[in-house]
This record gives sequence, structure tokens and C-alpha cells, in this order.
Amino acid sequence: MNSRRVVVTGTGIVSPIGSTTKDFWKSVVDCTSGIGPYTSVNPENIRFKNGAEVKDFDPTIHIEKGALDLMDRFAQFAVVAAQQAIKQAGITFTSESAQRTAVICGSSIGGVHAQEQSYYDLYKENKTRVHPLSIPKTMPNSASSNVSMQFGITGPVYTISTACASSNHAIGNAFWLIRSGVCDQALAGGSETPFTFTFLKAWEAIRVVAPDTCRPFSKTRQGMILGEGGAMLFLESLEHAQERGAEILGEIVGFGMTSDASHITKPDQQGAERAMRMALEDGLVVPEQVGYINAHGTGTLVNDSMEVAAIRNVFGKHAEALAISSTKSLHGHALGATSSFEAVATIMALKEGILPPTANFEEKDEACDLDVVPNQSRKKDIQYALSNAFAFGGLNAVLAFKKWEE
Amino acid sequence: MSEVIFNKIATLLSSKKGINKELISIEQSFEDLGLDSLDAVELISDLEDEFNVNLPNIELQQIKTIRQAVEGIEKSMQP
Repeated sequence: MNSRRVVVTGTGIVSPIGSTTKDFWKSVVDCTSGIGPYTSVNPENIRFKNGAEVKDFDPTIHIEKGALDLMDRFAQFAVVAAQQAIKQAGITFTSESAQRTAVICGSSIGGVHAQEQSYYDLYKENKTRVHPLSIPKTMPNSASSNVSMQFGITGPVYTISTACASSNHAIGNAFWLIRSGVCDQALAGGSETPFTFTFLKAWEAIRVVAPDTCRPFSKTRQGMILGEGGAMLFLESLEHAQERGAEILGEIVGFGMTSDASHITKPDQQGAERAMRMALEDGLVVPEQVGYINAHGTGTLVNDSMEVAAIRNVFGKHAEALAISSTKSLHGHALGATSSFEAVATIMALKEGILPPTANFEEKDEACDLDVVPNQSRKKDIQYALSNAFAFGGLNAVLAFKKWEE
Repeated sequence: MSEVIFNKIATLLSSKKGINKELISIEQSFEDLGLDSLDAVELISDLEDEFNVNLPNIELQQIKTIRQAVEGIEKSMQP
């Protein structure tokens, strides 16, 4: 296998805590949470009233009308995030380079707004037809397809749907495509928009959403809080980035993915451990080099204690020396997009030497007794970091990042 | 009231999970009956519908036995 190094030269994000990387990162550093009462759905008949929505998003500023007509909200987020990442990377495509570029997007649910509208029209309004673009707007690959169409990218383009690990799987696949020489560059990340009445009712039914806020690793945690948005990374081989004099933001060094093959919603500690070990081995990283883990940290009773136990097993005594935090306490759990947010946070943490905090932390839980960077970001230079994602369905994906150094 | 709730639980577990009604007792845990956390969520949700009550998630997650289910529903019915 070719062993090219893979670097990040652009990031783009539309999130509940900022719709540029600069604004997102400022919210992370300041520990400003985007969780509050959701307004895009009537909360009257839903038990939980809080979420993390992207406020004041006007896609018409960023996307021309003809293209916009083809996009559900989740595809709009992906396209706008991709625009930012490409702009920061300073990349232009030729017909040849476009063929050597990949687009891999993560999404758990695709265009649920278009789908919901169709159901409403048929079942509630008794209409006899639905919008002719319902299919192209609903299909989960709509985001990756629209990104490729916006920029004329003609290499491998696909969507990965692995629930809450989708974006890590997408970024990890792109990393491997570039490292192995299949592609020279890629846009990878994810987007999601879970705020529809039907979908919120489905989350209500499975009983894992907190009534107030997301308090990862805190003894008082009561569950997750849903979020929305999208983030994209521009990845390229180190050689390619250096040839064109691009500013390098960070490096991806390892990727691990495993399946629990046990329970559809309850995470299995061994699956999480194996994914972390695989990411470390793939990146030739020894556990003692890792200074920070952006945890999956959903804020549910089961995940957080399982994840801490898994980290203890993988890192041994070094678990006491490293920091972990869950930025879901800030941007919510954006399902298929969430690990794209967390990738941006991890890259920035390495670049800026600041550990993201776990917001809303109240009380230490003996089952989660690691350094979770409670309620305040912290200056600390680190060389390596992991970003964990453990999805419903027992699918685990872990990325290993490195601070950029020659 | 607790007997009514228990009987409803037995009926639901029999019809939905194929468990012999005669083998269900108040002292059993969900684990004893081969039920996992998702089965428990389904059972409590059905009971909430039946008795027109709502249990907070945190209380639901702590219910591990038939007795706790009966008591949890009963408590939530109190004014």
C-alpha cells in the first residue's frame, strides 16, 4: 500500500454554535452552548422541548436558485460547508484533478423535510400528488451528489449512512482513498437535519433524549440533545498540499472501524475498544502519545460509562494523563453530522493548543472519572488526538489526528 | 390498581413477546424473562398509552423488574 501522508487544508461548518469554523471554534473555546428551545417544530406535543438548531441560515445567500430547488436542508448544509472548505483550501479544479477528487458525505436520515412534506400532503391534506422533486431531495446521497455537482467533482462520490458514526466513516474512507493513492484530494464530512415533527416523535419514543440539556459524563446526565448542521473537511495528500503551497491545518494519521454485532442500540465496550486500538495501530500511534479524545459522549447513562471504561482499557494508566471531552454538550448530537463537527473541533484543538470543554457538567460520576475538561476550555499543547463515534446498530468509527508538523 | 397493571403487563408480554402468562410473576426481572432495554421501553410505552400517563425517561431507565414497572405506573397515576 502507498503510504502517503494525508493533511487537512480546509474546513467548513454550519452548526448551532457558529456557521464558520472561526465562529464555531470561538463558541467551543468560550464554552457557549447552542442548546435551547427548538422553534422549527411546534413542541406542544413533544415531551422534550430543547434542541440545538442552526439559527438564521439563509441558503439563498450561498446557493443559486436552480441548484437550491434540488436540495433539502441537509444537502444545503453540506454544500455551504463544502464551499467554505474549498475556499479555505484555495483549491480550483481542472477536469483532470476533479477526477482524482472524492466527495464522501455522512448522513443518517437524508432529506426528511421533503419526506415529511410528502406524508403531510398525502395523509393530512388528502392531496393526490407530491412534489416531483421529493425523491431527489429525500435520497441520502443527495448531499454528496449536490456537492459534486456544485464543484464539478467527478471522482468517487458516495454517502455513508452509519447513524451517529456516519461522518467519521466518511472522513476515514476519504483518508484511506488518499493515503492509498486512489485519489489526491477529497471533501469529506456530513450533514443532518433531524428537526421534523415525525422524527422528533421517534426520538421521544426511544427515550434517550434529555428533558433539559446534554450533560456528558456528569452524574446528573439524563440523555442526549438533538442537533443539526453540516461540516466538511478538505483533505489532500501532503505532497499535493506542499506542491501548491497550501496552508496545512492538521493531519489525519489513523482510522479504525468495527462492529459490535450484539445489540441494535446498546453499545458494546469491546467494539469501542477495538475501534480505538485499530485507529492507533493504523496511525502507528502509541497510546501514550495521545493527549486528547473528543469522546462520543452522548450524555446517555449507558454510553458515557461504557466509553470511559473502554478508554481505560485501551490506554491503561495513561487514561489518567489524557483529557477527554464531549462537544455534543455545545453543538448537540447532530447524528450523521456530529462527528464532522467533532473532527473540526479536534483539528482546531491540535492546531491552537486548546482542549475543548464538556459543557453543562454538574457532578462527578464514579463511572466516568476521567479528566473531562468540565465547563471551561483549557490551554494545552497536544500532539495526537482521537475522535470517537459509536453508532446505534453497533457501528464504531474512530479517527486519529496529529498536530501539523513537517 | 396494582393487580390491573400487573395483568396488563402479563397480557402485553404474552401477546407481544410470546411469554406464557402463567409463568410471569411480580418478582421477576426483565432479564429473567429474556427482555432487554428496548423491550422494556416498548412495554412501558404501551402501559403509558393504556393508563394515559407519562413516566420521565430517567425513571423508565431505572425500571428493571415487573414490580418496579407496576409501581412506576401506579405512582405516575397519582394526582
